[in-house]
Amino acid sequence: MQVSINVNGNQVNEEIEDRTLLVHFLRDQLLLRGTHWGCDTSNCGTCVVWMDGEPVKSCTVLAAMADGHEIRTVEGLEQNGQLDPVQQGFMECHGLQCGFCTPGMMMTARALLDRNPDPSEEEIREAISGQICRCTGYATIVRSIRWAAVHEASAKQGSNS
Amino acid sequence: MTTVETRLTEFADNNEKPVGYGRMLRKEDPRLIRGQGNYVDDLNLPGMLHLAILRSPVAHARIKSIDTTAAAALEGVVAIVTGADLAEKGLAWMPTLSNDVQAVLATDKVRFQGQEVAFAIAKSRYIARDAIELINVDYEILPPVVDVRKALDPDAAVIRDDLKGKTNNHCFDWETGDAAATQAVFDRADVVVSEEIVYPRVHPAPMETCGAVALFDAVEGQLTLWSTTQAPHAHRTVYALVSGLPEHKIRVISPDIGGGFGNKVPIYPGYVCAIVAALVTGKPVKWMEDRSENLSSTGFARDYIMKGEIAATKDGKILAVRTHVLADHGAFNGTAAPVKYPAGFFGVFTGSYDLEAAYCSMTAVYTNKAPGGVAYACSFRITEAVYLIERMVDCLAYDLKMDPAELRLKNFIKPEQFPYTTKTGWVYDSGEYERGMRLAMELAGYDELRKEQEEKRARGELMGIGISFFTEAVGAGPRKDMDILGLGMADGCELRIHPTGKAVLRLSVKSQGQGHETTFAQIVAEEIGIPPSDIQVLEGDTDNTPFGLGTYGSRSTPVSGAAAALVARKVRDKAQIIASGMLEVSVADLEWEKGSFHVKGDPSKSVTIQEIAFKSYGAGDLPEGIEGGLEAQICYNPSNLTYPFGAYICVVDIDPGTAQVKVRRFIAVDDCGTRINEMIIEGQVHGGLTDGVGMALMEMIAFDEDGNCLGASLMDYLIPTALEVPDWETGHTVTPSPHHPIGAKGIGESATVGSPPAIVNAVVDALKPFGIRHADMPLTPSRVWETMQGRHVPSI
Ligand code: FES
Ligand code: FES
Repeated sequence: MQVSINVNGNQVNEEIEDRTLLVHFLRDQLLLRGTHWGCDTSNCGTCVVWMDGEPVKSCTVLAAMADGHEIRTVEGLEQNGQLDPVQQGFMECHGLQCGFCTPGMMMTARALLDRNPDPSEEEIREAISGQICRCTGYATIVRSIRWAAVHEASAKQGSNS
Repeated sequence: MTTVETRLTEFADNNEKPVGYGRMLRKEDPRLIRGQGNYVDDLNLPGMLHLAILRSPVAHARIKSIDTTAAAALEGVVAIVTGADLAEKGLAWMPTLSNDVQAVLATDKVRFQGQEVAFAIAKSRYIARDAIELINVDYEILPPVVDVRKALDPDAAVIRDDLKGKTNNHCFDWETGDAAATQAVFDRADVVVSEEIVYPRVHPAPMETCGAVALFDAVEGQLTLWSTTQAPHAHRTVYALVSGLPEHKIRVISPDIGGGFGNKVPIYPGYVCAIVAALVTGKPVKWMEDRSENLSSTGFARDYIMKGEIAATKDGKILAVRTHVLADHGAFNGTAAPVKYPAGFFGVFTGSYDLEAAYCSMTAVYTNKAPGGVAYACSFRITEAVYLIERMVDCLAYDLKMDPAELRLKNFIKPEQFPYTTKTGWVYDSGEYERGMRLAMELAGYDELRKEQEEKRARGELMGIGISFFTEAVGAGPRKDMDILGLGMADGCELRIHPTGKAVLRLSVKSQGQGHETTFAQIVAEEIGIPPSDIQVLEGDTDNTPFGLGTYGSRSTPVSGAAAALVARKVRDKAQIIASGMLEVSVADLEWEKGSFHVKGDPSKSVTIQEIAFKSYGAGDLPEGIEGGLEAQICYNPSNLTYPFGAYICVVDIDPGTAQVKVRRFIAVDDCGTRINEMIIEGQVHGGLTDGVGMALMEMIAFDEDGNCLGASLMDYLIPTALEVPDWETGHTVTPSPHHPIGAKGIGESATVGSPPAIVNAVVDALKPFGIRHADMPLTPSRVWETMQGRHVPSI
């Protein structure tokens, strides 16, 4: 079948096998390899992308279901050569080790900050609780997201004054 | 407790302080945070085919027949390969890292659920999966051996009838220490405490599963294998031995690895299948296992039933420990440990205490379960050893009605006793145990916690405080004692300084997230004064790095870290000679100051390492006997292991209504000797502590009586999320290793080793009012509840 999906702001029209999972469509067909795959049961969250602004597990979405929708992946976080504060936060606070869970974690973090620019530690933990990181022990991920929140707030303040 | 906000001021200092040790942002992060990592599954070669493996649905059965007709006829299928096909090529069996053999594809019998039976090669992932569904295997079901305690029963089915003359399921026996001396001490001790301590089977479950892409160039006879391996060089040698391909025509590339934790040390049948598929089809072939394949067939960890005994005087002087271990090794002995150490480094079960005697005997058996044994950051079985001794010390404290901190403090090996030879023959290089313990107690506010606990107990609330103190033994290892499949555990390392003073360092180890590109650049920077940003670290490619045994057992910093420092010093020595020519003084008249040599007493006369590098390749003569260029290679053979240690304190609350355990606080004080990058060390500790919460409270690979794996998905095998773990509190002391060139000891597995006993000790402490002295992991709500009701809970 034919799908037409907006991926990171670009309209793509592709022929797919009906059963193709969104994660495989992104990785194997569009060669956007930043989105990962880590389980068979929708538990790990290494595959998290946005569909119409909401984080979804792309292993649990058929590419066909994304037809006519907007997808945003980790490759779409950096804008005009400018890293997203979430990406910076992860580097500054050691929010990643092997980096395998990282794209999914950052996509969830970005969505959280968009709806709640000043989340508490508890709110952050809750937001990423559908995802597993086997390396970091989460504390540094929490700090990374706080770093982004604080820096976004001060950047906003700077531009207001 | 430090809050999240105050930590924001701890900026990385690599911009301000560009040379050497300290906190520094990771060089690998810019690609990883952009989704530009390069993991095996990201590789997509032109014309690449996909491989899927058909696995046994049962634990023990004879294969009567395999019908591949329908599968082979499926559109898009290129080939179906069975054990019989491999047997024709002599490839049906392969050696394990423990000198056992393991079936690549089953020919005679299947011996565990999930064992490899056949594979399909197809044009796409999906078609390959469809094809294996169409393969029809006729099994004659045999009785499975699941309960390890019954594996040696005379009527137990013999699993390994492939081994000549094998009539039972015995794998090996092993002992260490002095049985008679230990008995004598036990005979005269005031107090003897015994307890059966079970370390259940768990799985490392890195977020990236295992996989490979194989490419064979028939004209050149060249095999290239991209694979998820922590030990590319060792794998290459094994492939050469198994396949008969000459070693120089095999290139193993280990690109970015999505976590390993020991899971990616063994050679799995899937890698060999991918190689065979590439040879058969002449096309590149990708194999990536799915999560249930990863959990049910690849290297598990632990699975030790330990009968522990501890002898002491009535005032709490520990005299001796003794244990008998029943070890479940699964269907094939796939343990990756030095040959002379079939039980890994379990011999350090005497812990951090000054004892009079110790003895361990062990029986290892085969069962109808997945092979493996050493994985999941276990530090070659020190995880089990530390859990045993730290649980036993708490049992003793319980019986003696002593405070567990006080009991430990009373028995530590004293700083002046180092180097200390244990009763099982390990030479601990250095330690200041009391200092670490006291720091952890201070950070935790130990006395106040005990007060709080007393008040809570009076109100019927369940709060527990658990302590563990561990000594690790890492950096395997001295070649005289340690090899894997005959390969000595020394590490090569090569450093080249380019004419413009930039450098490339080539390592034999392989990071799986530990940040080698950063840490090793810092080690060289510290020695030679080139900023870490100017040093490229290469690893994970056998064609472009020197030989060495890879990354596991926390050996990278102790072994390759030493190699990196020494190779840099070798380069610096040569640089000094060249500098003496440039400054026209004798070598002895030069002084080194990070990054340059200057004439003693005249700092204005100096040359930088960059100027020396240019000179070494440049025009004009060099001092007599000095060849051009500025590079060196070494192979580092460690003289001993290094012995990191740590003191951990865990505080838990248990909901009396649901028996849910909440880890409220965790204080970890580690001593890994010289610290290279604070940020990375802290990250390593955090990850290990989280493993500890998983193992102590959630994780277990269980089996039903038919040998069905009950932990084969992330829905069944529970791994901690951000909600199950607290904000970690860390501290450290520094006791440099006396024999390591930079005094570093290794940190990768300390927290995985040290945290489970702290958590279990805390839970048991919380349950003290119920008269509980021991409870087995994982301490799930149901287990804790049953324990609180005084019911017997089966351990595995
Ligand atoms: S791949 Fe695990 S949740 Fe999607
Ligand atoms: S960084 Fe490795 S899984 Fe999260």
